[in-house]
Amino acid sequence: MKLLFYYLIFPGFVFSSFIGLIISWLDRKISARIQWREGPPWFQGFADIGKLLYKEVIIPKEASSLGFVLGPLFALASVCLGVTILLTGYFKLSEGFIGDIIVVWYLFTIPSIAIIYIGSLSGNPLSSVGVSREIKLLLSYELPMVILIVMITSKVRGFSIKSIMDWQIINGPNLFNWYGIIGFIVSVICIQAKLGRVPFDLPEAETELGSGILLELSGSLLALYELSKAIMLFGLPMFLVILFWGRGILGGILLYLLIVFLLILIKNTNPRLRIDQVMRYFWGWLTGASILAGILAYLGV
Amino acid sequence: MNILKKSFKKSIWVFHLSTAACNNCDIEVLELLTPRYDVERFGIKLVGSPRHADALLVCGSVNAHAKPRLIEVYRQTPKPCLVIAFGSCGCSSGIFRGSYSVVGPVDKVLKEVDPEVKIVYVPGCPPKPEAMIEGIIMGLGAI
Ligand code: SF4
Repeated sequence: MKLLFYYLIFPGFVFSSFIGLIISWLDRKISARIQWREGPPWFQGFADIGKLLYKEVIIPKEASSLGFVLGPLFALASVCLGVTILLTGYFKLSEGFIGDIIVVWYLFTIPSIAIIYIGSLSGNPLSSVGVSREIKLLLSYELPMVILIVMITSKVRGFSIKSIMDWQIINGPNLFNWYGIIGFIVSVICIQAKLGRVPFDLPEAETELGSGILLELSGSLLALYELSKAIMLFGLPMFLVILFWGRGILGGILLYLLIVFLLILIKNTNPRLRIDQVMRYFWGWLTGASILAGILAYLGV
Repeated sequence: MNILKKSFKKSIWVFHLSTAACNNCDIEVLELLTPRYDVERFGIKLVGSPRHADALLVCGSVNAHAKPRLIEVYRQTPKPCLVIAFGSCGCSSGIFRGSYSVVGPVDKVLKEVDPEVKIVYVPGCPPKPEAMIEGIIMGLGAI
């Protein structure tokens, strides 16, 4: 009963989708202000989801309808589960378990896999170009990010959210060390790619692929996917807050807002990259930087 | 159900389709996204796929080449959806009326496939951005 409450109401579905939709509004509003526009009203995210739920669902003739419906459902369910594990750890609602930080990271990967599945089901050529790009994008940002997670977990000698936070209470936040600063910058760029936002929005590519990988999703299926994206927009910065800050509510909120602001700023100041540039960037520069951070962490700087 | 219907009015995603326009209307559409008119205030957004669209913005006198495409895109759009016949060409084929290749304005083509189709007419050559915003708002009353 308590677990169900956690999953559905408080840190889980209702709470995090509310915050996520507010953050996605903030994203659009700040982007609009940067471009000297007025921007949408605060309930825009809710209106979008409500409208999509109201619309007809079209499933392409070539696609299997079961898979098409299950994909977005799996995405939403796994993102909710990830956020629940993350936040029950953060708010000390549960003890957590060994390896939960890894589990959370891979639960956040499931939306990408679900959307790859849907894109390849839909039988649309533009979607399949999007699919191939999404797979490459997934491969590129996983590498530096997993190196960073391994770095943090071996630094604190514990594979759980609880041990990461306890270590940071005693030794101060990771962010105040050199390895933490490098790791923070790298991981902000990684989650920008994971959210599929502008310099890395190749799978969707509104202007050239006509929203590529999402092209055939319509109505409430699109609503589920958008919702899980909004929850990710809340969950992934929280993930970084746990990795680099730990407990401390005020500092955590400030760091959270800083991360969101950085994400918006990156989105508004960069043009889209090509997929080969993205792979070179992640596997070259960012992997190098995260290995450097790992060495610094080992030396204790 | 009512609140979902209401949210429809606050979030219109538009797919822009050009069916043999002289291209001037297409350029005018972009004006709406600029800081001066900024239609995102009303939740209006351009999307890249007809599957996500709530409104089809059709510019141009439909010619024989574009007719099957128009019908196809209209069928691909999830209902309920609004069609905006944009410009004099969209409303009545405009100066191209009577040409050998023009098979009729937007409403004539779409009424053949779906007699229930909801069309908003925004006349002008090209129409002013204010006229287009007004057109969408009037169309929302119809839904
Ligand atoms: S209405 Fe005028 S501006 Fe628009 S496409 Fe027709 S001729 Fe061009």
